[in-house]
Amino acid sequence: MDTYNERMDAARILRNGLLDQNPGMVQLLGLCPLLAVSTSVASALGLGLATIAVLVTSNLIAGLSGRWLLPEVRLAVFVLAIAGAVTAVEISMAAWWPGLHATLGIFLPLIVTNCLVLARAESFASRTSVPRGVLDGLAMGAGFLLVLLALGASRELLGHGSLGADLHLLLGEAGRGGGLRVFDERHGLLLALLPPGAFILLGLMLALRNARLRKAT
Amino acid sequence: MDTRSAEGTRLRPLRAAGLLAAAGIVAVGLVSMVHDLARPQIEASERARRVAQLAAVLGPVHYDNDLLGDVIHVRDLELLGTDEAVPVHRARLGDRPVAVLLTAVAPDGYSGAIRLVVAVDPQGRLLGVRVSSHRETPGLGDGIEERKSDWIESFAGRSLGDPVEDGWRVRKDGGDFDQFTGATVTPRAVVRAVRNALVYFDRHRDELLAAPR
Repeated sequence: MDTYNERMDAARILRNGLLDQNPGMVQLLGLCPLLAVSTSVASALGLGLATIAVLVTSNLIAGLSGRWLLPEVRLAVFVLAIAGAVTAVEISMAAWWPGLHATLGIFLPLIVTNCLVLARAESFASRTSVPRGVLDGLAMGAGFLLVLLALGASRELLGHGSLGADLHLLLGEAGRGGGLRVFDERHGLLLALLPPGAFILLGLMLALRNARLRKAT
Repeated sequence: MDTRSAEGTRLRPLRAAGLLAAAGIVAVGLVSMVHDLARPQIEASERARRVAQLAAVLGPVHYDNDLLGDVIHVRDLELLGTDEAVPVHRARLGDRPVAVLLTAVAPDGYSGAIRLVVAVDPQGRLLGVRVSSHRETPGLGDGIEERKSDWIESFAGRSLGDPVEDGWRVRKDGGDFDQFTGATVTPRAVVRAVRNALVYFDRHRDELLAAPR
């Protein structure tokens, strides 16, 4: 088996997920939901947490089953496991966070097609120990969540003039009226909410990261 | 090659199929377990969401019946904008009907159909209108949403005779209702759909208000 994966310690796995191999900024995996759902802090948080749950579950299953599955059906079983995990997460969200479920809409079931999830199960979790795989799922999911949050916060701020205004979708009625209002919604920059705004902001974030990397070397 | 490994090679596809089938059965089993656990909660949330949506259109009207339970389905392509049967909910206080909640569709929005809930009192006056789904351009046509602008409030209190027929248009077309900067098609479609819903109510008033069987 892959000795490189076996040697990786916990700190390395975390660092990879959050920074060095960040799915949103470095591997550029799962861009479709990343760009589509990052219109507000609440929806970014919702999709990010759902993705973490799926990543951890699928990495766990891949870690447990990967070694004794025949190579012919390994990918198929992983796809099944991911689809099952996503469906379970979607059903739970429809039950307990209906508002958020409605906001995320089609992008929740589409986590199935997020290549990040299959890539981590196949290329990492199935070739290493179970705890490492689970930790990798957490780290990659958290890295994805961070980029989602950064995009969501900047788009909500520019487009709606608020931060976390619809967090009640996540927290229930207790969170209604919460969040920060920076300026009136009418002066919002519409571009930030439309798909091009997502591309431009992600591009700026990537440029910023590259500039910092170049300085460091 | 000895016979055992030859047999192993022959059985390999079967083993693979067996593994895949087992994985499928386990996955389906787990998902349906989650579904069974969550179903009562999903139904409760869905009911709460629909009641809240209807109650928002009614505004301060007092009623004491179950809005979701008191429903009939009607179909009118010309006046309700769709060839599917749409629900009509009735709000009552005691036995007296206080409002009818029609579902109407404006088929000619800028980007597809706009679904509306139109609340009418027994005299045919509008209590309120809300958009329940649309795909209009953000920032231009989405002013029809209650949380984006108060334009949709301009229907409250109106009826077929107020304004008279020519007034049921946007200002650009010589009517009484504002359009939005950069978006005329959207409000034009909504104004027409609301008026059509009122015409529908006027023609079917008695059956819409009738007590549930």
